[in-house]
Parts: sequence; structure tokens; C-alpha cells
Amino acid sequence: MARRTALTAAEADEFGRALDQLREEVLAGRGEGDARYIRRVIAVQRGLEMGGRVVLFASLLPPAWLAGTTMLATAKILENMEIGHNVLHGQWDWMCDPEIHSTTWEWDSASPAAQWKHSHNYVHHTYTNILGKDRDIGYSLLRVKSEQRWHPAYLAQPLYNLALAAVFEWGIALYDTEIERAWRGEKSWGQTWAQLQVSLRKAGRQAVKDYVAFPLLAGPAFLPVLFANLTANVTRNVWAHTIIFCGHFPEGAEAFTEEQVEGETRGGWYARQVLGSANIDGPALLHLMSGNLSFQIEHHLFPDLPSNRYAQLAPQVRALCERFGLPYTTGGLLRQTANVWKRVIRLSLPGPAPAVADSATS
Amino acid sequence: MTVGRILLDAAASLTTPLLPDDYLGLIDPLWSRRGLRGRVEAVRREAAGVATLVIRPGAGWNEHRAGQYVRIGVNVDGVWHWRPYSVSSAPRDPGGVISITVKALPDGKLSGRLVEGVPPGAIVRLEKPRGCFVLPQVLPPRLLFVTAGSGITPVMSMLRGLAQGGEMPDAVVVHSAPTRDDVIFGTELRELAARFPTLRLHEHHTRVPGGPARRLTMAALPAICPDWAERPAWVCGPPGMLADAEAWWRRAGVADHLRVERFRPAEAPGGGTGGRVRFARSGRQAQAGGNTSLLAVGEDAGVLMPSGCRMGICHSCLAQLTSGRVRDLRTGREHGAQGELVQTCVSGAAGDVEIDL
Ligand SMILES: Cc1cc2nc3c(=O)[nH]c(=O)nc-3n(C[C@H](O)[C@H](O)[C@H](O)COP(=O)(O)OP(=O)(O)OC[C@H]3O[C@@H](n4cnc5c(N)ncnc54)[C@H](O)[C@@H]3O)c2cc1C
Ligand code: FES
Repeated sequence: MARRTALTAAEADEFGRALDQLREEVLAGRGEGDARYIRRVIAVQRGLEMGGRVVLFASLLPPAWLAGTTMLATAKILENMEIGHNVLHGQWDWMCDPEIHSTTWEWDSASPAAQWKHSHNYVHHTYTNILGKDRDIGYSLLRVKSEQRWHPAYLAQPLYNLALAAVFEWGIALYDTEIERAWRGEKSWGQTWAQLQVSLRKAGRQAVKDYVAFPLLAGPAFLPVLFANLTANVTRNVWAHTIIFCGHFPEGAEAFTEEQVEGETRGGWYARQVLGSANIDGPALLHLMSGNLSFQIEHHLFPDLPSNRYAQLAPQVRALCERFGLPYTTGGLLRQTANVWKRVIRLSLPGPAPAVADSATS
Repeated sequence: MTVGRILLDAAASLTTPLLPDDYLGLIDPLWSRRGLRGRVEAVRREAAGVATLVIRPGAGWNEHRAGQYVRIGVNVDGVWHWRPYSVSSAPRDPGGVISITVKALPDGKLSGRLVEGVPPGAIVRLEKPRGCFVLPQVLPPRLLFVTAGSGITPVMSMLRGLAQGGEMPDAVVVHSAPTRDDVIFGTELRELAARFPTLRLHEHHTRVPGGPARRLTMAALPAICPDWAERPAWVCGPPGMLADAEAWWRRAGVADHLRVERFRPAEAPGGGTGGRVRFARSGRQAQAGGNTSLLAVGEDAGVLMPSGCRMGICHSCLAQLTSGRVRDLRTGREHGAQGELVQTCVSGAAGDVEIDL
């Protein structure tokens, strides 16, 4: 495990101030160029989706099937990653556009936006990588940090992580209802059941669209369209799972205990975001298709800045981390994915003992 | 259920979680009913710093009544800003367009943009027309209009509508502007007065060479229009003129003859304390000056604030105050009980407040 680098309180404050300033610079320059960017991504995404679905009407012909499925899968990935996730973070709220706003947006995913905003924006982004608080650590399903206590059920986790990848959106929808907290008595079953119903209704509409309505409309191409939509959804799920797991679970992304973050300052919070996140290196297309979560570190530092700005922030953040001696974890997609899987497999077995923990600040 | 409704529902099940309109809008923004849009078809200069925008409203538009206003949203540097403008064109335009006429304010955020910076073809957002500064369904035999500056716009829509009908009741228009050239729609007004003997136009020019400005006061009215008290009156102009008119009609005991349209709230002098404003549901907060409306504070912070007239008359902007007190920017009065619904457009923070938005 990477050695934890501690900042003194004064260093943490200075680190925080430097980052606040970067944030202010972006806020001051935000304008029409950014607005045009998101409107264009949305138009391209909707165009691809319409185009893909139209082409799929001819999906009895294999090339049309392939082209249509590719377009649809690409559209679905863009919709969830670069558009949905980021709009729901409030990254575009400053435009005061009721049609592109975190409070009005709904996405093409089984999970209703409102529930996801709670579990993701609030719980995960506030308590990032704090054991026992950040439910995103292994999604209450996997052991991804050696600090998590081992249980024989984890023996099968390489298998069920594979299964989770395929049905990721459904997993997230279920996970957002926080069933395990109801199980432990931290939340009432009534509330959980109500949330589950909302989820089921939302998920049902999504399923009817992809698996009933469009196939029926395609008439003789019923089966190819059904299969195309299933392929597009699974592709999107596997991709989202891959990108998201690369964000917090590879080697170098650290976990914290509640004691470590007691009395944490803003600078300390920033440092924890850096230590708990990992970036993915790659070309511009990778950044777009990952919803700029390839800049996971920048995203965690500034979750509500427009995603198109992360690329420009990255070198500045990296330089700051170097100045303060904080590790800035990053690597290619293949390397990081292999790393995550190595860890999922290794931690399915008991051990190893966690590295001795400093806190993000001392 | 109508067939249309069923088809629409079926289409929506294909586009969920979006609406069919979200896709239609990609082809032509005017087709989307999700948010009413308009396309600027022409920009006409009217006078110095004044321009008329001819706008083609998209699907979902309702015909306006002469005198009503429309809220229009314009994108400035990526941010949508909304302002109300009286429709200046006559209702039921055969070409299906409407127009608004805007006067650029020197330190205004939007009016200058509308006058100088909106190219034909630009897409603006619209809301359905509203307002009750309109003529009654049954036209009274005699009418009086008193306007100043851009306050002529709603009255112009009425006059154009009446002229189109070919019959002009006995109407007196008293209009105030700095000079003859500054009169918005000057040529058209004079032509109308020449065409209809029943329409009398009195122009009042405030700028006197070498002398101080000569304001139009209501005290001058009896000389211009001796039977003013018997006429239902429509008055639109700056806050000072409206205050004068309200007092004048009240004193004569005929306050019910007066209808006014305000373009901006009458502001109370003096400052409030300001404070930290928290928007509970959006989880945003901002520091606010005592004279800034909570509406403006919220919009700047990216909160989707409901609004309408932005000047305290329509109550579209009501929001619940969950803690703290506010100051009424028009009267200076402080108020605020927990749970009270406040008009964010005319309320400033008096200390720290929290709003349920
Ligand atoms: C029902 C209604 C109808 C209206 N119709 C018209 C119309 O037909 N034509 C038109 O030009 N305007 C009209 N207005 C006014 C318009 O909505 C805007 O308030 C105005 O254009 C100023 O906008 P702005 O963004 O440029 O100024 P802002 O940036 O909002 O304000 C800048 C400064 O100007 C002051 N101010 C705000 N409004 C006015 C005003 N009307 N006159 C003088 N100072 C002001 C403010 O106190 C502030 O200090 C109407 C308003 C209402 C409520
Ligand atoms: S917006 Fe009309 S009263 Fe506030």
C-alpha cells in the first residue's frame, strides 16, 4: 500500500486556500463557452440515440444491427456519464436553465435521480472513503479495502463483481434504497419500501421502453432490437462499473477511519479527496466517455464545477499535490482496471493486514 | 382520453425519462412544448436606445390580450435571465408574430442586450402572456391613457388593436418623453391621431433647451383633458408618475377608474442589513446585501427560482421562509414569521435567512 502522507494543519490550510483559488478562477471564467459545450453534448447524445434507434429498425441486417447498437450504447454511456451524473451534481445549475438543472433532471438509469443524488452527492461525496460511512466502499457488497473485515461470503466476490458489472444500473438502484441499513435497523422498512416502489416504477418504465416498446415497434425485427437494447444497456453498465471502480478502488486510493477525520478542516477534506481518488490517463475521447470521471481527483475536489473544466484543472491540481507531497494516483485504463480486479480477487481471501494509518492531516 | 393524449403517452413511453418534445426541440426549438420558445425574426430601431423585437412564438403559445406582458428568457454568457415586457403588437397578428419594445437602461443587465445584441434568428424563451392591464371586454365610450417613456408599450398594443378593428372610441393619449424624437412609436401615434378624429394625442416634452426638465404631473391633466375624472384611465410610467397618479385619482374619489402598470417596484430608500441566505432544498448559500432581492441572490447562486413580474405584483415568486427575517424592498418594513410565504422579488435579507427552495 502506498504510504500515507500527512499534512500539518498549516499545510492543509494552505493547500485548501490554493484549491479554493483554483475554484474561484474557474467560477470567474464560466460562461457561454461552457454552456455551449453541454448543450452540444446533449444534442449529440440525443441525435445518436435517435439515430441508433432508427437504424435498429433495419436490424434484421447484421451491419445495421451493429451500427445501431454501437450508436445506442454510445448514447447511453454519454447520457449517464457526461450528462446525467454531472447535471445531477449541479455542475450546470449556474445556467439557470430549467431544462438542464439538477433539480429537474431525470436520467436513463434504473435509479431515480432523487435517490441517487442523496446516496451519491451527499453520502459518498461528503464521507468519501471513510470506512463505515461511505457506503460506496465496495457498495456494501464487496471487500475492496483491506480494512474491511473479511467474511467467507467475500470468497465469491470475483464472480459477483462480474455479475454486478453487467447489471450495474440495477445494482445501483437497489443500493440507493439502502436496504442493508433497513436490515440493520438504521432505517425504517416503511421508508425503504416506499423508496423501493419509486425505484421499481422508474426502472419499470426504463425496461418497458427498451424491452417492450421499441422491439414491438420494430415488428419483425422484434428480437434483434430487443437484443440490441440489451447489449447497449449491458455495455453501458460494464463501462460505468469499470470507470467508477477505477475511481476509488485501485491501489493508491486510500480509506480512512472515522477517528482519522474527526475535526477535519476544509484543507483536510480536500487532502482526503486527493488521497481517496484515482485518475485514469487517456485521450480526450476516454475523458468524454467517462463523463470526465477519469479526472476523479478533480471531480472529488470540485464536484460542482463543470466537467469540461477538469482537464484544464488537472495539471494545476497535480502541481499542487507535488508541492505538498501528496500522492496523485493516476494510470492508464487497462492498468487501473487490472489493478482493481487484482484487488477484488486478493481481498476475497482473508488479510492482508492494513497498512498503519496516519490521517490525511495530523 | 382523446386519441391525441393516447398517442402522446405512447410516444412518451418511447422517450422516458425525457419527453418527445426534448427530441422535437432538436429539430426546431419552436416545436418543443416543454419550454415555450420564440425565434427573434427582426430587430427594429424605434428611437435612441429603443428597439422592437419581432418574435415568432413556438408551440404552446396563447394569444395575448392587448396590454398584457410576456416574460422572456434570454441567454447572456451561458446564463438564462428572465424579464417581463409588455407586448407592443396588436393581438391576433395575421403573421403569427408578437413584438416587444425595449428601452436600454444604462446599467441594466438585460435591456441593453435586447436592444443591441440579439441577432435575428436567436432563440429566446417565453412564458404565456399575463397581466390585467387590459381593456374591458365591453369597451367604455371614452378612454384615457397616460404614459411616459417605454410605458407606451402596453397602450400601443391596445391602440393598434383598436385601429385594426377600424373603430376608435373617444380616446385621449397623454404621453411624456424627453423630446419629440424620443417618443417611441412617435410617427405611428401621430398617424393614428390624424387618421381617427376620435383619437387625441397630447405629447409632453420634458426637455427644455437651457432649462430644467419639465415633468408631466397629474395636476396638468384637467387642462389637457377636462373630463379626465369620467374616463377609465390606463397609466404606465416610472414609479414617481404612478405614485402621483394614484394620489391624484384617490383625492378625486375616482380611484376605481385608474389602472396602472408598473415596470419596476417603487423602492424604499435606505438600506437593509443583508446576511447569509441559505436555500435549504438546493443546498446552496450566498452572502446577500440588504438591497438585493432574494430572487436575484438565488438566481446568481444557480437556484431555480420561480418568478414572474419581478416587482411584487404577481406572487409567482412566493417561497417559504424557514428561518430569519426579510425586509420589504418597497416599504423598508421588516417582517418574517417562520413558515411565512414571502415574495422573493421584493424581499431582501434582514440578517441570515433560510428559504425553502
Ligand atoms: C409588467 C412589466 C412590463 C414591462 N414592460 C416593459 C417594456 O415594454 N419595455 C421596457 O423597456 N421595459 C419593460 N419592463 C421593464 C423590464 O422588465 C426590465 O425591468 C427593464 O428592461 C430593465 O431590465 P435590465 O435587466 O436591463 O435591468 P436590471 O439589471 O434588472 O436593473 C438595472 C438597474 O435599473 C433599475 N431598473 C430596473 N427596472 C427599471 C425600469 N423599468 N426603469 C428604470 N430603471 C429600472 C434597477 O433598479 C437597477 O438599478 C416591464 C416590466 C414589467 C414588470
Ligand atoms: S415575481 Fe411577481 S411578485 Fe415576485
